[in-house]
Amino acid sequence: MTLYLRLYWEFFKTGLFAIGGGMATLPFLKDIGATTGWFSQTDLMNMLAVSESTPGPVGINMATYVGYTVGGVPGAIVATIGEVTPSIIVILIVAAMLAKFRDSQYVANAFYGLRPASTGLIGAACAGVMLQVIAGITSASQEDSILMKFSWDGAISWRGIILALVLLVFTRYIKKTKDLHPIVFIGVSAVIGVVFHFAGV
Amino acid sequence: MKELLELFLTFAKIGVMTFGGGMAMLPILEREVVQNKHWATEEELVDYFAIGQCTPGIIAVNTATFVGQKRKGAMGGITATLGVVFPSLVIITILAGLITNFAHLAWVQNAFAGIQVCVCVLILNAVLKLLKKSVVDKRTAVIFVIVLLGNMLLSVSPVWFVLLSALSGIVLKNLEGRAAK
Repeated sequence: MTLYLRLYWEFFKTGLFAIGGGMATLPFLKDIGATTGWFSQTDLMNMLAVSESTPGPVGINMATYVGYTVGGVPGAIVATIGEVTPSIIVILIVAAMLAKFRDSQYVANAFYGLRPASTGLIGAACAGVMLQVIAGITSASQEDSILMKFSWDGAISWRGIILALVLLVFTRYIKKTKDLHPIVFIGVSAVIGVVFHFAGV
Repeated sequence: MKELLELFLTFAKIGVMTFGGGMAMLPILEREVVQNKHWATEEELVDYFAIGQCTPGIIAVNTATFVGQKRKGAMGGITATLGVVFPSLVIITILAGLITNFAHLAWVQNAFAGIQVCVCVLILNAVLKLLKKSVVDKRTAVIFVIVLLGNMLLSVSPVWFVLLSALSGIVLKNLEGRAAK
């Protein structure tokens, strides 16, 4: 029972503080994994990949997946309900005073600071997973220090770097392919992973 | 009751058809909510979507709650939200079970290792896109860099960065207003 309460609370926090949609929940999910030990960063990457390539909003898919990993079907339900609870409360309040909210200088000013911070958090999560996937560098919190501890397992993935660069070109610079749905790139990457033995097995 | 059921089913349909979330959802919402059901006008929907983007939580859920509450009050908001998350619950639960069973196979591990690289690139693209909208001047650039480095190097909950940045937004804009006077 306490597991489900904790799960609900962690996802309630995620729903309350993640601003800017699905991807914005990533740094919070990473933090949940790091502080509870429920799942690793690699698990989270795989869950994100599945969430991007299945129907439904990415943020909800991730909450469901993480919840399922932690506590089966009840876990999936509890995590998802936890994540949407703050949305429902906040939106019902905002809807009741829509005009005031839209014209509030305080709200606008707060978001002036919130937007770059939210981008910074997603950027940090992005840098973290990149370092791990491509350079084999992982970070973990330490017991007696506020600083993160970085460790390197000595394995730089040249295949990973080449694939990342190629994907970057196709998703950003080539007109014909850059607007394709992410699932296309995920599918191609899966095939390349199998053909070139990306996991080394 | 019939209206609540209709809300649930319509938003479940929107949930299934949303692939990727966020912006991908707007045209589907327009077709279902504005053109088919006439639950909101085009302008109202754009307003809801804009507010849904800058309030906490998943954009799809925020917009669903908005449309639902307009139609049937608080119960309507809750029902529409349950509708939009329902397909995810079913689909992901089935997939997660399958993937767990096949995770030990070499080709599945290799496939996921390739996918992980792709996910890195997709997140990077999302960040670059967000940068254009959120870093609009020197001060927002400083906030971005501080949060980016702070969250990477310090083991502090992201919640603190969110709270402090909201506060600094208010303070910075306030100082600016005073300087202008």
